[in-house]
Amino acid sequence: MDPLVTFCLRMGDTTLILGQQTAAWCGHAPVLEEDIAFANMGLDLIGQTQLWYELASEAEGKGRTPDDLAFFRTERQFLNAQLVERPNVDFAHALMRQYLFDAWHLPMQEALCESGHDGIRELAQKSVKEVRYHIDRSRDLIVRLGDGSDESRAKMQAALDALWPYAADLMATDEVEATLSEQGVLPDLDRVRRAFEAETTATLDRATLAVPENGHARTGGRTGIHTETMGYILAEMQSIPRTYPDARW
Amino acid sequence: MSKEWPLWEIFIRGQHGLSHRHVGSLHAPDAEMALKNARDVYTRRNEGVSIWVVESNKITAFDPDAAEHNFAAPKSKVYRHPTFFDIPEDVGAM
Repeated sequence: MDPLVTFCLRMGDTTLILGQQTAAWCGHAPVLEEDIAFANMGLDLIGQTQLWYELASEAEGKGRTPDDLAFFRTERQFLNAQLVERPNVDFAHALMRQYLFDAWHLPMQEALCESGHDGIRELAQKSVKEVRYHIDRSRDLIVRLGDGSDESRAKMQAALDALWPYAADLMATDEVEATLSEQGVLPDLDRVRRAFEAETTATLDRATLAVPENGHARTGGRTGIHTETMGYILAEMQSIPRTYPDARW
Repeated sequence: MSKEWPLWEIFIRGQHGLSHRHVGSLHAPDAEMALKNARDVYTRRNEGVSIWVVESNKITAFDPDAAEHNFAAPKSKVYRHPTFFDIPEDVGAM
């Protein structure tokens, strides 16, 4: 596959799966205000997915629509980072997953604002404003709940222990990114990793949470290798369009 | 201590030049979270350019049962409205 198509799918699949996972909180978040905030964020992410899929479709030139890409691909064809497919478990897990994603997503979008590719640069300049608000909110809650009661701290630490190994997959790169960097489509992605490290070190310290020291890191989502939860997410997300492929509103 | 978060009143300025208007209320643990919640609950359809939050119990109000003696007197004094003047045509809209 054309590296540009692969990259757009890696980005769009990641925002789509997180948007889907976030949407599952609608009607279930601990308080009404948080419920609305989470649903808003999920919709922002699905909106960004639409833009990535339009870019992918245009670069691919096979006439696949964003809906085709979302609903008619199988697990091995999805290129999202494994972090976003990890289960909702409880609100601590959902928040920590969101924060780790945001800590990567913001510097990534900031870097893409300087892309040599017009479509990607315009997408990033639009999305980066939403992403700035997302991390404002998730960072604040991580600190409040980490540095909160004994119970909230224990829940946030358990979520961090479970999710930290998957953060590596957000920053996993291969020859796809290398090729696009050479073409000037992608800026230096090493600075995204450094920004992620600076952001999480400072915030987790304020939240009195400790990064697990076992060094475990899981990658593979970017090449279609997924965890046990992914099939269930796709089954739920794709069941209606696959049952009624030509259904229209 | 109550486990319920305090109630906040939310005021939103729709556009520059207009005043803030009361739009509703919500619960939040503190002012900063009240602002964030207000942003999500009340401005997701592009309703505003500025948000104020005020803890509901910080608002002092007249006792509704005392409305009779607080507000009745001007009811019979319609001449306090400046509606009894003829405005010359060339003044235009007032």
